[in-house]
Amino acid sequence: MGSRTPLYDAHVEAGAKMVDFHGWDMPLNYGSQIEEHHAVRRSCGMFDVSHMTIVDVAGQQAQAFLRYLLVNDVAKLKTEGKAQYTSMLNEQGGVIDDLIVYHFSDTSYRLVVNSATRERDLGWIEKVAADFDVTINERDDMAMIAVQGPESEAKLNAVLSSEDFATIEGMKPFLGKQVGDLFIATTGYTGEKGYEIIVPAEQVNDLWKQLIAADVAPCGLGARDTLRLEAGMNLYGQDMDESVTPLESNMGWSVAFEPTDRDFIGRQALEQQKQAGHHKLVGLVMEDKGVLRHGLKVIVDGGEGVITSGTFSPSLGFSIAMARVPANVGDTAQVEMRKKQVTVKVVKPAFVRNGQSVL
Amino acid sequence: MSNIPADLKYASTHEWVRDEGDGTFTIGITEHAQDLLGDMVFVELPEVGDKVSVGDDVAVAESVKAASDIYAPISGEVIAINEDLEDAPENVNNDPYGDGWLFRIKAEDSGELGNLLDADAYEASIDED
Repeated sequence: MGSRTPLYDAHVEAGAKMVDFHGWDMPLNYGSQIEEHHAVRRSCGMFDVSHMTIVDVAGQQAQAFLRYLLVNDVAKLKTEGKAQYTSMLNEQGGVIDDLIVYHFSDTSYRLVVNSATRERDLGWIEKVAADFDVTINERDDMAMIAVQGPESEAKLNAVLSSEDFATIEGMKPFLGKQVGDLFIATTGYTGEKGYEIIVPAEQVNDLWKQLIAADVAPCGLGARDTLRLEAGMNLYGQDMDESVTPLESNMGWSVAFEPTDRDFIGRQALEQQKQAGHHKLVGLVMEDKGVLRHGLKVIVDGGEGVITSGTFSPSLGFSIAMARVPANVGDTAQVEMRKKQVTVKVVKPAFVRNGQSVL
Repeated sequence: MSNIPADLKYASTHEWVRDEGDGTFTIGITEHAQDLLGDMVFVELPEVGDKVSVGDDVAVAESVKAASDIYAPISGEVIAINEDLEDAPENVNNDPYGDGWLFRIKAEDSGELGNLLDADAYEASIDED
């Protein structure tokens, strides 16, 4: 038996197919993952993401610590509650994890990291923190629900008191706000408008039930994967890990090389790699029948690469993938599929946003 | 518990076979198989007129999770395929023993049916998995 979130019984009751996800018993789907996918694109769905690790960082040197630990620059965050996508690297530039950091003040931040890398992350954070005047506090007293889809604001309106809703109404993307006991952020992993809500563990079942009563569809890991892949968002352990850098993982945009006098772990390795050249992560589209899958070989002019994530896109009706390939890749590539070689289109790794194809 | 109709025969590779009583046999995949595979996204079927032998991989069920070969449970000629699956592969999930049927074979030797499992034996075989 794996670890269970406080919502485990609610999932089983709702008929979820439970699977092991890096040591956690999590819902794969509640029937049809494609229907769950469409619920998020067309109306509203929710995910139990309580397995994710929440870490609060506080102290006089909190900002200095995070400027050294993370590739993006937290000094860019000025507004209270502002969120930033970032990652932490080892000295070789390999990605230990990608994460979201929330800025409360220059002495108080919150990190949300992956569950799959929990031990490694916490060990690394503690180790680096030893040289700074900061305290690290894992919030395992908290659970988390992601409410995602075009109707998610209306759904929160139905669930929150009018007073609480007023404080988050019309909130811009990538912001978080403390609303009573809830921390509500306009972030997500689907490419839709939506919220990630951090809630005290003992209250999460009530919130879940209220959302169910508001006709929010419970969605499992299956839909979560097709949604994030359509949105062109990486999955740790699949699209990147410690053997590759952010530059090779379509995460270069989140690396702040400016100001040049800010040192961060992995900086030197990234600067060298930038000079030397490197592979890149691209999107693949295959309109023929069949599904591109993780691990398939990709042949491009003058080299080869590999599919890191592949799926059938329920929104588009054909298969899409992310692949790590030589940087000089052209407009097409060949993929070795079952018994055949198929020509696929090479695109930027983003396929669907806000319910619409971006191809 | 998975639905395993008693009037069908089964292959250990999760195909079901329905005797239509006129020397032809309808074939699909079991509820257990579709449950393992998850939502179906494409089904590649043989062509009408194809001659198949027991154990040939004649079709592919491709789901969100994996592509899975479907084997001919009996030998003969393919006389019909379920063309509706082109636009509605989810029929295999929603109605595996009905609208989700895959193809129909005119058997060469209906004696081969004796090599297949009955519902109890199939149920026992999936309990072992």
